[in-house]
Amino acid sequence: MRQSVTITVNGSRFDVEVEPAEVLLDVLREKIGLKSPKIGCERGDCGSCTILIDGRTVRSCLVLAVEAEGHELTTLEGINHEGLTGLQRTMVEMSSFQCGFCAPGIVLSAYELIQEHPAPSREQVQEAIAGNLCRCTGYDPIVDAVLAATHEGGAV
Amino acid sequence: MSIAHDFDYVRASTLAEALEALGEGGPGARVLAGGTDMVAWLRDDAVHPDLLVDIKDVPGLDEITVRDGTLEIGALVTFSRIIDSPLVAEHAPTLVEASHTVASVGIRNRATLVGNLCSAVPSLDGGPPLLVHEAALRVAGKDGERSVPIGEWFSGPRRTVLADGEIALGVSIPAAGEHGGCYLKLSRYRGEDLAQASVAALVLPGNRYRVAFGAVGPVAFRAPGIEDHLAGRVLDDEAMDGAKALVDEVISPITDVRASSEYRAHMCRVMLGRALRAAAGRLAGDGPAYGEELL
Repeated sequence: MRQSVTITVNGSRFDVEVEPAEVLLDVLREKIGLKSPKIGCERGDCGSCTILIDGRTVRSCLVLAVEAEGHELTTLEGINHEGLTGLQRTMVEMSSFQCGFCAPGIVLSAYELIQEHPAPSREQVQEAIAGNLCRCTGYDPIVDAVLAATHEGGAV
Repeated sequence: MSIAHDFDYVRASTLAEALEALGEGGPGARVLAGGTDMVAWLRDDAVHPDLLVDIKDVPGLDEITVRDGTLEIGALVTFSRIIDSPLVAEHAPTLVEASHTVASVGIRNRATLVGNLCSAVPSLDGGPPLLVHEAALRVAGKDGERSVPIGEWFSGPRRTVLADGEIALGVSIPAAGEHGGCYLKLSRYRGEDLAQASVAALVLPGNRYRVAFGAVGPVAFRAPGIEDHLAGRVLDDEAMDGAKALVDEVISPITDVRASSEYRAHMCRVMLGRALRAAAGRLAGDGPAYGEELL
């Protein structure tokens, strides 16, 4: 049965009509117009659809849109609305990504880590992004950039 | 791929409301908590509920508490919450060790331990640690609550004894007292893989041992034959060789895309030895730290 839900993303409220079977990832992309969460494996394995719900990373491909009502959602667009973050600038400088498909998910996973551990260890960075698959880089330039940004300050 | 069939969705704000919705929904109604399995299975067309009853707003189910020495973990407690909980680290560090091996941070932030037990896949990481801890599930139905020992919970792959209309409220983990534990998970890579095989061991003072396996049978299970063989003995080579020789009698591994049955069986013997030694070392105070890589 079609339901009317209010979804709060990046501080803005969106009233959308959805079926319970509609997945949050699709609603964010098609009804709200936020394209940073990517459609990858659609089964929670690849991490390309990562968003924050109440500050924690989740797979938006495994959340129903109706479950999102009453929660604060953040996509990549919500953390860099004033331009690239320090972490993102470092990633650009260090050529962390090639195709970039995994980048929104990895930036958000690193963002969540940095909120709790402002100066993480390499092991902590690897654990934080272990669920975000990148098929281009072999991960080292990504991990290096997170470490460089966090240990030189101003990452977030 | 989107979800191919329609269903209704109800967000319950009390346990009574959730039970009523489940009762009205009948066999077609399913409980929704973290949804990391449920939504994936809906996409796969592996489950076909008419109604999902979301219990995430039901108060009281998101708590980790200790009552009379028993650790109580509510149905809405995620693996991330378990990892961050000093209470769980104190009472059941093996469960924390196992929680670290569950998929990725993004899954652990959403997936619940109790949901893991309700999904009941043979490779579930929540199963073996709770089996050696002799945990029990608390279940509510329209006629009240009941408690189900974890050893009686799994009835087959993706099947449990949870009846239509019932909700698993949480899991109770009795105090194990002084103990050393270990959970080892064989998988191909970090970040998302399911267990190819898993072993949990608990060592208690007086050379008492508990052992459980995952992903090498239709359900996760205890291995009393191995426990009896080891009981009262120190873990010398002879005792360990005898225990490993019993592994083939208790496991029934399959060959699938993740591993061959021969590899699973071989690694069960390897992991049994390492898990027992690590657990015994942890009891003695000279073992590897919980969470250390032992494979």
